[in-house]
Amino acid sequence: MNIQLESWEHMALEQIPQFLAGSGVPWVSQARQSAFERYMAHGLPTRREEEWKYTDVAQIGKRSSFAPDSIPADPSSEAALFAWTLAQQHPHLMVFVNGYYSDGFSAIGELPDGARLQSLSELLDSSAELSPELFDAAHEHTVFGALNTALATDGAVLHLAPGTELKDPVYLLFIASGHGAAIYPRNLIIAGAGARATVIEHYFGMLDAHHFTDAITQIELAADADLQHCKLLQEGNASIHVAGIHAVQAARSRFGSQSFALGSRLARNDITSRLTGPDGHCSLDGLYLLDGKQHVDHHTRIDHLAPSCTSREYYRGILDGESHGVFNGKVIVHPAAAKTDAHQSNRNLLLSRQAEVDTKPQLEIFADDVKCTHGATVGQLDDDSLFYLRSRGVDAESARSLLLYGFANDIIGRVGEPGMRTRIQHLVLDRLPQGEQIKELL
Amino acid sequence: MSAASKQLDELIGREYRHGFVTTLATDTVPRGLNEAVIRMISARKHEPQFMLEWRLKAFRHWLTMREPQWANIHHPPIDYQNISYYSAPKSEKDGPRSLSELDPELLRTYEKLGIPLKEQEMLAGVAVDAVFDSVSVATTFKEKLAELGIIFCPFSEAVQKHPELVQRYLGSVVPYTDNFYATLNSAVFSDGSFCYIPPGVRCPMELSTYFRINERNTGQFERTLIIADKGAYVSYLEGCTAPMRDEHQLHAAVVELIALDDAQIKYATVQNWYPGDKEGRGGIYNFVTKRGECRGANSHISWTQVETGSAITWKYPSVVLLGDNSVGEFYSVALTNHHQQADTGTKMTHVGRNTRSTVLSKGISAGYGQNTYRGLIKVLPGAEDARNYTQCDSLLLGGQCGAHTMPYIEVRNPTAKVEHEASTSRIGEEQLFYCTQRGIAPEEAVSMIVSGFCKAVFQNLPMEFAVEAQKLLGVSLEGSTG
Repeated sequence: MNIQLESWEHMALEQIPQFLAGSGVPWVSQARQSAFERYMAHGLPTRREEEWKYTDVAQIGKRSSFAPDSIPADPSSEAALFAWTLAQQHPHLMVFVNGYYSDGFSAIGELPDGARLQSLSELLDSSAELSPELFDAAHEHTVFGALNTALATDGAVLHLAPGTELKDPVYLLFIASGHGAAIYPRNLIIAGAGARATVIEHYFGMLDAHHFTDAITQIELAADADLQHCKLLQEGNASIHVAGIHAVQAARSRFGSQSFALGSRLARNDITSRLTGPDGHCSLDGLYLLDGKQHVDHHTRIDHLAPSCTSREYYRGILDGESHGVFNGKVIVHPAAAKTDAHQSNRNLLLSRQAEVDTKPQLEIFADDVKCTHGATVGQLDDDSLFYLRSRGVDAESARSLLLYGFANDIIGRVGEPGMRTRIQHLVLDRLPQGEQIKELL
Repeated sequence: MSAASKQLDELIGREYRHGFVTTLATDTVPRGLNEAVIRMISARKHEPQFMLEWRLKAFRHWLTMREPQWANIHHPPIDYQNISYYSAPKSEKDGPRSLSELDPELLRTYEKLGIPLKEQEMLAGVAVDAVFDSVSVATTFKEKLAELGIIFCPFSEAVQKHPELVQRYLGSVVPYTDNFYATLNSAVFSDGSFCYIPPGVRCPMELSTYFRINERNTGQFERTLIIADKGAYVSYLEGCTAPMRDEHQLHAAVVELIALDDAQIKYATVQNWYPGDKEGRGGIYNFVTKRGECRGANSHISWTQVETGSAITWKYPSVVLLGDNSVGEFYSVALTNHHQQADTGTKMTHVGRNTRSTVLSKGISAGYGQNTYRGLIKVLPGAEDARNYTQCDSLLLGGQCGAHTMPYIEVRNPTAKVEHEASTSRIGEEQLFYCTQRGIAPEEAVSMIVSGFCKAVFQNLPMEFAVEAQKLLGVSLEGSTG
């Protein structure tokens, strides 16, 4: 049975739905309840808040329901086919439909000793091995973090014992199915000392489906651990997607994040990393390729808390139609973080009269022995480059597409996993005129 | 840090300990702000009705406003009812009688800056007698300007003599509703400068408040209005490199610039008000609203600022580029030492076609200083081929200070090109070693490297000013290495 509520205010009158995982475990219910209270106390963010200055989420408040489905839905046949195709290519696949783990479509495969990949709901119900701290308010970076804690249905939990190395990536496919669903995935990645893995999060939805996703991924990296995280947002043109990816890094650990925002109506990604031990490295990359009325907002934040860490950040945007791209990159160098080396860049191509880009690279530095730079540009395709291609007989449309692809590929090329890289390249080319021709050249 | 320079630094600060003692002169209205006070200010200045009405509108609006909280600055709450909003220009009798009464360390600072003796007296507020002919110098300049039809006078004089110009342009760039401090200024401003350059006239000299010595001490709520009519040119200097005597802690000035077709305004500021002592006590709170409007085609406004004083600097000299092909520029050096805080930057709003803006900001933080660059580049849909280039660099000296960069870029036109780059670094060991190895003292070396860091901004200052500003940086940074 689906619990449908009139409006989000009515949630105040309701209990946290009893069907959610871990409802029998006191600390889980308590954590959900207090997170829900935090959410209710704050309400949805408004544009008067600095962090939401360019992104209006008021339309989320107009939803008829915030409650997640009580029972898993079935994926559309298209999504099911896609999941099946993925299972042929990726040995460790977990599929979630509207926030619920789907055993039937998943193929976790054989993992090396020391690696465990489970569904969150399973762990919550058994209450084993999960620390209550994981649901702590300290992990909430936005009010949607609190909402997720209150209503999280399921997600992937990856535990890597010290020294464990995963050769193949863990592929997490989140399918949004049907109209109006509210989806709350919660993922957890805990990598022990020296562990290495690649995790892919792929959000897949249907055209015109109005669904709302509020996803959180928490990442903890012990000393010398290495995690590469790639997120592909490929939801339909009516979806609302709010997500947080939050990493905490110990000494010498390496965290790489790539965020590709191609589909969705309104998306907001908060990607953060806290470098708590010396000599850590964090690199955050992203690409947003927008058209129509799409609105995509990336907020990143890197906290340099320990000495001698490095961070690199490359974000690029291509904006066409009436789309609106927002980038806010914060790099905070705390007093203890001597010898920090941080670099950040955001470049945007504005292709249409109605498109808008708002970018705010931000440096906050409280230590003196540091090297920090950032840059941001907004512009168009270079006329000279276009002329060069045209003079060599490339037609105008192909020349444009080729240059746009080149611009985007600088970011796509940073994806380490070859299959994923090709998938994203093809998705980008599918969006460009004469993209088929360029595909042949690859 | 050498003991001598430490001592010097302390002593430089000491002079000002007595700075904020407010002796109630006879011509001062009681503390507090209400409509009666505003009516009294207006009446004492014999203002026409429109001015009083404007002040009252501003005051009523101010009552509905709250202090902005977004800036990266911290200070105890200001009690706006505990301020006296009007005092007649200070009588010369209050000042020290001669330079010998002054703290010798202050005099040494003046010397370092290379300020002539007579000017030192003037700056220190020594009663200037007939020996000093600065007044007559100023009068000569005034005559020359009048010949060209240039109006350059105190604001209160302009209200009397040229009410039509004042009424037409006052508040047309910074409306009385603009922001908390500008609104407060609109309600209570005491005086300031007014400048009008008629069409086609190129002002033959750098205009400066410096020439209005008699009207100095215009107080904490200064208002400046500069209008360059079609094809006119003016270069205006505000402030001065020497530490200024001042008895008000809160400063909320407003500067409005208007450039019509083909006009050019250059506005340079050197601000060196009392920054507070080494522990951050006292010091001026400087909340300034400065904005220029390039109203005409091909107009040009440039702001150059060297900010080394004040405990808090909150200021964003901006340009609204309305006219086609208009140009806006912002060159800034902001230095924070000890516990100073600066939240400064610029806003460039591109409205017209083919508008261009350049932003060059250099922030230097030492001691416990916090330096924030906050800028907005906004390109509206109609601003075809707008172009912006922004560079902000920060230099950190010492482990306790902070440098922050918060640029906002909003672009709504696909033909616009906007570029922003920023860097933060400290003075390299190798750079220092290179200098000391060649026999340059570490402190001098730092001053030299900092000068190099700021060179691109100083190039935009009038010559004498640039030399002084460079020396000023050296003095302000004393004791920051070691």
